[in-house]
Amino acid sequence: MARVWIFGADINTDQIVPGRYAPYMLKNEDDLRKYPFIEHRPDFAGNVRPGDIIVAGNNFGCGSSREYAPLALRMVGVGAIIAPLFARIFFRNALNLGIPCFTADLTGKLRDGQEVELDLERGRIHTDDGRTLQLPPPPAFLREVWAAGGIVPYYRKYGRFPGEG
Amino acid sequence: MAQTLSEQILSRAAGRPVSAGEVVTVNVDLVMMHDSLSPSIIRVLHEELGAERVWDPQRVAVVIDHVAPAASVQTAEKQAEVRRWVRAQGITHLFDVGRGISHPVLVEEGLARPGMVIVGSDSHSTAYGCVGAFGTGMGTTDIALAAATGRTWFRVPETVLVRANGRFRPGVSAKDLGLKAARLLRADGATYAAVEWHGVEFLSVMERMTLATLSIEVGAKAGIVPPTGLLQTVPEWLRVEDGARYSRVVEIDLDNLEPQISAPHTVDNVTDLRDLGRVAVDVVYLGTCTNGHYEDMAAAARILRGRRVAPGVRMLVVPASAQALQLAAEDGTLATLLAAGATIGTPGCGACIGRHMGVLAPGEVCLFTGNRNFRGRMGSPEARIYLASPEVAAATALTGYITHPQEVVDGRYLEL
Ligand code: SF4
Repeated sequence: MARVWIFGADINTDQIVPGRYAPYMLKNEDDLRKYPFIEHRPDFAGNVRPGDIIVAGNNFGCGSSREYAPLALRMVGVGAIIAPLFARIFFRNALNLGIPCFTADLTGKLRDGQEVELDLERGRIHTDDGRTLQLPPPPAFLREVWAAGGIVPYYRKYGRFPGEG
Repeated sequence: MAQTLSEQILSRAAGRPVSAGEVVTVNVDLVMMHDSLSPSIIRVLHEELGAERVWDPQRVAVVIDHVAPAASVQTAEKQAEVRRWVRAQGITHLFDVGRGISHPVLVEEGLARPGMVIVGSDSHSTAYGCVGAFGTGMGTTDIALAAATGRTWFRVPETVLVRANGRFRPGVSAKDLGLKAARLLRADGATYAAVEWHGVEFLSVMERMTLATLSIEVGAKAGIVPPTGLLQTVPEWLRVEDGARYSRVVEIDLDNLEPQISAPHTVDNVTDLRDLGRVAVDVVYLGTCTNGHYEDMAAAARILRGRRVAPGVRMLVVPASAQALQLAAEDGTLATLLAAGATIGTPGCGACIGRHMGVLAPGEVCLFTGNRNFRGRMGSPEARIYLASPEVAAATALTGYITHPQEVVDGRYLEL
């Protein structure tokens, strides 16, 4: 079972990991795992479990190009992020790191802390109260990058970028 | 078929005509990385991608601007590592501590030119749109891939057109136009799209950069000002075409535009400054790739000339580049700022991301000429950041509360 973590709209990268907690600023770069949402939601990093799902409002990940924002989420094992709209750099960084992002509006459909099961293959969420939520299927090239485990393994496997014949 | 500027540039880079919505692989002309992310880019390049060298050491630019000079042993060590790597790779374009912020520096150095595709490890790489380049920000992995291969992939963006009509009134400038656009488009209004800024050919290159950098604050992939009236040679294939398709058109009337202010904690939380009410400030901070240019220091100096910053207010000026500082030193702008009581910092990013050189304490209020007022951006999450133009910054420094430039107009000092 995965736990749902609900976030609001316009969550920016300074809220995910403030610039002051960048790996650049740290003695031990592994400490980054302690810092996702350190100021915005201090109970997150200590309680999130591998496979948990972030369900957010509009424009998730807006702001800077810092890949250490999705990297910190990957370090704590976030299984998927679902939002009606992602900021483009965040979306791309998360894709590159192999974190599934689904563009869907689930605000109001799930509770914070709710236990659910995510079926990544079929893009479905089964809730503990017996509902099934269908996520819109992502474009084929995104699924290929996820399947490869991120853009670096994808490039090493195929020797080309998505969209390149 | 008529194309937008982004479609024209990406068509050339892809080697075939492309249009909005397509996913394409393109050649990049320039890759920029800065001190903050270079160590992780270098690691991905060598360890994950297994590349030994960058694809072209002439077309990778490295800038030490985000924590410059180093603020701690960690940052100093990482900068030393980046310098060693730059030498080993034979990269010639290293811009070290004090040269300034990557975006103005690459424009000043003539490395960013009209029609190029430029990718940078920084979201404000949209800045290169000030010379009619397609500039965009990416993260560590994408930049490592681009540096290794000279290529990247894009979904060709739709274009949102912001058309300015008329001329600014005294005390109003490019920042007000940019904030007004954020007010109308909102923070997600151009996500996955490019912005073209029309009707602003009367602005200087760095004033255009104000608009180009603010484009990311409405979510844009690129923010391009048509390259007219530049000193640089513009390729003849690059021009605004009648019939190009825009996904949305926003008109802004400059003749009636008032000074704008973006209140905490989102950039699109914008009102006319007149409607703000009285907000006392602790710090006035003039700097960044958005408004730390020579033009911005000069605009502030025109208002500050012969006066003093209000007691209890700290005014920090961090020039965007060494060249901007040099110009300000040559024409007396710098002397005016110093005489007014401003403190001058090393050209670079300064406290824009809250790492050094003027970080804010809990409860402090800052009037900032930068581009982001997110909670915690400049230090304490309990601080409050207001974004405005350099003219508003100067007026605010004089009074100690956020002030309309007209309020401090005095014929003796000020010819706006
Ligand atoms: S000045 Fe601020 S916004 Fe501009 S590049 Fe530096 S940190 Fe980024």
